[in-house]
This record gives sequence, C-alpha cells and structure tokens, in this order.
Amino acid sequence: MAKAPANGSDLLLDIRNLRIEAKVYPPGEAPRTITLVHDVSLTLNKGKVLGLIGESGAGKSTIGLSSMAYGRGGVKITGGEIILNGRDIRKGGTQGIRALRGREVCYVAQSAAAAFNPAHRLMDQVVEASILHGVASRAEAEKRAVALFRKLSLPDPENIGKRFPHQVSGGQLQRVMTAMALCSEPDLIVFDEPTTALDVTTQIDVLAAIKEAIRDTGVAALYISHDLAVVAQVSDEIMVLRHGKLVEWGGTRQIIKEPRQEYTSALVSVHEIAHEEKKPDASPFLSVRNVTAAYAGGKIKVLKNVSVDILPGQTLAVVGESGSGKSTLARAITGLLPPEQGSITFAGRTLGNRLAERSRDDLRELQMIYQMADVAMNPRQTVGTIIGRPLEFYFGMGGKERDTRVAELLDKIEMGRGFIDRYPAELSGGQKQRVCIARALAAKPRLIICDEVTSALDPLVANGILKLLLGLQAEEGVAYLFITHDLATVKSIADSIAVMYRGEVVRYGPKSEVLKPPFDAYTDLLLSSVPEMEIGWLEKAISGRRMASAGN
Amino acid sequence: MSSPILKLIAQRVALGLLLLLAVSVLIFAGTQILPGDVAQSILGQSATPQALANLREELGLNAPAYVRYFRWLGGVLTGDLGTALSSRQDIATAIGGRLWNTLFLAFWAAIVSIPLAIILGLLAVRYRNGWIDKTISGLALASTSLPEFFVGYLLVYFFAVKWQIFPGISTVYDGMPFLERMKAIALPATALTLVVLAHMMRMTRAAILNVMQSAYIETAELKGLSPFEIIRKHAFPNAIAPVINVVMLNLAFLIVGVVVIEVIFVYPGMGQYLVDHVAKRDVPVVQAVGLIFAAVYIGLNIIADIAAIVANPRLRHPK
Repeated sequence: MAKAPANGSDLLLDIRNLRIEAKVYPPGEAPRTITLVHDVSLTLNKGKVLGLIGESGAGKSTIGLSSMAYGRGGVKITGGEIILNGRDIRKGGTQGIRALRGREVCYVAQSAAAAFNPAHRLMDQVVEASILHGVASRAEAEKRAVALFRKLSLPDPENIGKRFPHQVSGGQLQRVMTAMALCSEPDLIVFDEPTTALDVTTQIDVLAAIKEAIRDTGVAALYISHDLAVVAQVSDEIMVLRHGKLVEWGGTRQIIKEPRQEYTSALVSVHEIAHEEKKPDASPFLSVRNVTAAYAGGKIKVLKNVSVDILPGQTLAVVGESGSGKSTLARAITGLLPPEQGSITFAGRTLGNRLAERSRDDLRELQMIYQMADVAMNPRQTVGTIIGRPLEFYFGMGGKERDTRVAELLDKIEMGRGFIDRYPAELSGGQKQRVCIARALAAKPRLIICDEVTSALDPLVANGILKLLLGLQAEEGVAYLFITHDLATVKSIADSIAVMYRGEVVRYGPKSEVLKPPFDAYTDLLLSSVPEMEIGWLEKAISGRRMASAGN
Repeated sequence: MSSPILKLIAQRVALGLLLLLAVSVLIFAGTQILPGDVAQSILGQSATPQALANLREELGLNAPAYVRYFRWLGGVLTGDLGTALSSRQDIATAIGGRLWNTLFLAFWAAIVSIPLAIILGLLAVRYRNGWIDKTISGLALASTSLPEFFVGYLLVYFFAVKWQIFPGISTVYDGMPFLERMKAIALPATALTLVVLAHMMRMTRAAILNVMQSAYIETAELKGLSPFEIIRKHAFPNAIAPVINVVMLNLAFLIVGVVVIEVIFVYPGMGQYLVDHVAKRDVPVVQAVGLIFAAVYIGLNIIADIAAIVANPRLRHPK
C-alpha cells in the first residue's frame, strides 16, 4: 500500500479514518447498523485527480459524497475527520456545510437525466449554485456557463441553456452537468460514474470533454467508477476499494501495470475469457428473414430488413448502441412486436408473427433473460416458486417431481438447494440473475435471448455469469441470442456477431471475421471506443476516429 | 409550436361536453323512472283522470320521452330551465340569485382553504416526521374525520351561542353591505374550510414527498440550497399537477357539496334550494340543479386536466 506523498501547501482534501454507517432493515429481521466504510484515509492535492474504483457496495460513492458531508438515505458519517481547505467540515454545522456544497465542492451524478429538474430550463439550473453562493451575478454566471458549454463541445452553446432536460440527449446532459459543476469554480468535483450510463461511443466523447475541462480549469476531482480502464484515462492516482476498505492506493501506472494486491490484479485482468469460436457447420434452427418492424403504428421504423441465423448450441451476439434496434429484434423474435414485413422460421416452419398465433411449445422453445433481474421476478414469490413455475406451466410437473427438478436447476446455476425458500430481496445481484437463468433453463428451450444480462453487474460478478452461461451451453446445447453494448463481453461469449446501427445490420458473420480488419466505419468506431487499460488510450482513440458517434 | 397541447386541450373540452350531454340524458331518464308524473304531482293523489289527462295535454306530457328530452335540452341551451311546479316561478331567475350566493360562499372558503392547505402541506414536508408534521397531520385528520354537520353545530355552539361573535343563521339578502355579508357567512365558510383543508393538505404533502425521492432533489441539496428552497423551487413545481387535481376536486365540492352546510346555517344557496324542492317533488327544479351541479363538476375537472397538461414541460416544450 503506497501512501501518496502529500505536500502540505497543496493539500486540498485530507480524509482521516473515515467511518460511515447505515441502518439497514433486512426482511424478516430486526434493523441493525452496518459499517459501509471502515476507517479509510485519503489525501488529494489541488488540481489532481484521484480515481476511486471498486464493485458496488465498495463504498466509492459514499466516500465521494462524504467530501460534501452528505449521506444518502440513512447513511451517516460516524467517525473520522474530513479536512477540506484546512478545516474539518463536519465541525462547520449545517450552515457551514451548505456554504461549501455547490461552492467549494460540486457533484456530477451518474444519471444526469435524473439529476436535472425536469421543470426548469438547463441554464437556470446550471447557474443556480453560482448565484446562490454569490460567486457571480446572473449575467456573469450565464456568460461563464456558455463558455463552459463551448469548452465541453456542446452543440449550439449560446442556446442550449434555454432547453429543458428532456430536450437534450443523455451524453449532452452529462456534459451540461459537468458545466454546472464547473460553473461556480469549485476546488473539487466529485464525478460519480459520469459515463457509466452512456453508450460506449458516447462515453469516449464525454470522457474526453471531462478530462480537458479538468486540465484547463485546474480543478481537483474524485473520479468514481467501477471501470478501471475508464478511471485510468483521467486519474493521476487510483484507490482500489472493496467492502468499504482500502485495498490498494497508488499512481495510475503502478495500479494498472504492477498491481500489488491480488484483488487489484483480478480487476485488471477481468475482461477476457478465452472462448474458442464454434464452426458454423450445422444448419440454423431459427432464421430471421428480412424483418422490418416499427412502433407507433408504422411511423417509427426500428428494424429495417434484418436477417440473421441462429445455429443450434451456438451464440449470436447482437451489438450496437442504444436505439440501434437490438432489443426490438428480440421482441420481434419472441412475438411481442409483430414484424410489419419479413418472417421468422423455427425448425423448418414459419412462426406466427403475433404471440397469440404461437403454440405453447413454440413459446417454451424461446426463453428470455433480462438486464434487470430484480424487476423480472415477483418479489413475493420464493426462488422455488419462480423456478418451478415454467415446470408446472410447460410440463405439468408438480409436487416432489417439480421440487427435485428445481433442486437440480439450482445445482446447475451453482447456488445450492438452500436457496429454495429465499425471496429475491435476500439475493445479491448476481444470484438474482442466476435464478433468472435457471427459470429460463427450466423450460428446456432451444434458444435463450439474453438482453444485456451482465450490464447491471459488477465486472467480476458479470464474469461469473458469462462463465456459467458458457458452461450451460456446453452441457445443455442451448443457443443464445446475446444482446449487449459491451464488446469485451462479445469477445468472451460469441460464435457469430451482428453489428446493428440505426435499425440495420451493418456487419454480420462469424466472430473471427467480424472482428478482423478492414472494418466498416461504424464497427471501427464501436471497437475503437472500448476503453483499454492503457495510459494515453483516450487521446489516441479520439485522434484516430473516422466518424462521430450518433447518439452523443 | 404548442400544437400537441392545443390538441390535448381540445380533446379534454370535447370529452367534457360529451360527458355533460350523457349526464343530461341520465338526469332526464332518472326523473322519468320515478313513479307518477308532473301532472300527478301538481294535482295530487285525489285528481280525477279527466283533469290529469287535460293537464298532460296542456304540459305536452303525452309526447314520447325523446321528444320531451330534446324539448327540455333545447330550453336549457337557450337559458330556459322551465317553471317550478310548486311556486310557478321561473327556475332560471330563482337559481340566478342562489347560484351567486353559493359561489360567494365557495369563493371565500376557497380563498382561505387553498393557500392554507398548500402552505401547511409544504410545512409538513419541510419538518416531515417531526412534531410540526405530526401536529398538522393529526389536526387535519381529526377535522376530516368529524362529519361536516357536527363541525357546523360545534361552530354554532361556540361562536353563535356561547360567545355570540357571529350569527348562527346566515341570512343574506340583496343589497346587503359587504361586511355584513362577510359576517353572515363567517361560520359556514369556516366549516367548509375545515372540511376540505385536510384532504388538500395531505395530498399536497404526499405529492411533494413523492417528488422528494427524485435524484434532482439530491442535486439541489448538493448545491447547498436550504431545505425550504428545495421544496419550493425544485419539489413543488413537479408536484403541481396532482395538487391542482385535488384542489379542483375540493373546489367542486365547495360548490356542489354544500347541501348539508347550507341547510344547517339556513343559507339561501343552491344546496338548500335543491333540498327544499326534492322534498316538494318538484322535478323540473331537481333536473335543473342537477344539471348545473354536473356542469360545475365537469368544468372544474377539465380545468384541472388542462392545468396538469400545461404544467408538464414535456408537453409544453416538445422535443
């Protein structure tokens, strides 16, 4: 554990033995207090960027927000000192804390779309803190805001402030939020996963804009992310956290090149699973032929003439940014959105376009797993009921026979029979997704459609899910249609790949061919936008781009 | 620019008119189902069949129901509500003065209760779960739980009988000086305020608390805004639609639901007029008052809908 040198006069933030606790209310148990952050200390010099990294529950955001003496929900700072600009902010009282929030320390949230008030124009929100704290008059603040919009390469910087949040795209909102944080000229900005919710092609633009703004304004930053490759692009130092404890703290180069702790090494090497591509030797059992589909009564075309094949026991990955039609393709295949043109053939016969035209057996053969495992399960049913339901519905199983099968399925997803009587709320994110996988498997389908199933999970947990899916494919011979925006995941699991862009398949074929140059412009953009664990990758990637991303 | 808004508003208004038409059919049909007819009511149980037949002919009661409905509807649309059976007076003239009295009472009750309810709601959110919130919520609940006639009599007992500050009977007449009139309606207005206050206050509190969960409230907190500023500037504008809705519902109640209060205080408004004529089985009056009450109710709800549409920035400023 390398303690970074902190030169006294340059010291901005000095957190000593921070302890943060929260009261939790577990279902069926008495409320108890748990410790979220265990005596963590950190220092940050003026104008420097410290990256905080770890999986969810590591205490990253909690530590970040403590620099503003803020605790979400029932979270309380119960011990330690938070010294900002030479004084302990916890001793300043409510007035003192309010005076520093939005003035000395500003916050950029993960979802700017939710963090902006829908009822007010952007400009009013951007300048609000500056005017409140008397940093500038309204006219000065607005002038500064426009300059910041320009610096962050927002389109039409003079007028974008007149818009309402819903009139601006997610990537742009994230940049407006960065401008809002910079507007009152704070000493420190807390960036809390500012690019996590964005598409990979948009993330790179926002990341570059944030990095440039930090450099030019000389503001210090705490940059929180679960993605080490992203943090490595903007940080001078990186702190690795786990379960609210410090794992490792050092310079960016040291952390990603010479990690000293085992956990850090695991984070650095998490992305790749070596997956040998299966030969496309069998004939496809499911073919999508020239499918065109639309929402709003044919007005908004979301799929244009899409054709793909799925081979038995193989994985077709569908990649593309949000709005490219990936999930709509899944909806068309399952019959939830009847295509306007084209057909879907399954095992040699044409499937009914609409759900009502399909037999129960057709439904059984195609199962789905979703991104949000917790909302895909009935919170009032036990794991046993959830997994047992398809057994009853499709196979008419009951009693002991069903319970035995549920236990087998639980073994398959590496969870064990002890979970039969648990409720979804008692499971972790990864366990919930495993239960959803078991539920899909219970129907003995030939195809499972996986819609962003690892996107909401921490890298190490997501990795476990991918390995499980690969193992199940080898055992059961089930095929996957794997929808994702994450190219690292694609490399780990796919046999063939379809790249989608604005409703069309722009590149399609076996994995080795799709990922082999020469690339078309969009695939090139997509591939070059995936952050790499390399210092200076961001600048290289930006300068080497051939086209701008669509959805920024 | 605001074409989607105009379209939505036009839809609401058209829907309201359609609804009103349906209500008029229902009111007409309802009075037809009742045993006996107007002629019977006028002449009484002992009338001879010949006298009944003559009167039916004279009043046009032999025409089929739909003809009589359209005749009635046509009259209503041209401002002719018919003649009261009991007094032989023109209904429109009689209602004119009474409607104005009812609106006068409702107006002053609304002027007091709406701002008070919203301010109390804001205060309850600001000090939520503290003693201020609990006191406000407790008193509000207590006042809703008491039936309005009980509240009315309680007020009469203390303010009119015991302390003799305000009159217990709210007599008003044309040409009455304004202050006298205000003094006369003080007790019924207070009773109405107490009845509607709690509902509006609790809905305001709930609507704002719902918004307080949003991420943008955290953003406002992290800008260093004071709790009250956060509620006023960031929470309230987003809670406005449900608040307007409950306010309009209560406004409608103040106009159409005052029957009990008007009877208690012998206040010459629409409610008392209705109750009097129901007792006399004066069907044309009941029809006319019912239609007016329905129109007020539907009209205020349309206003609430339109206000909610206009308050939504997504509709006001489309992409």
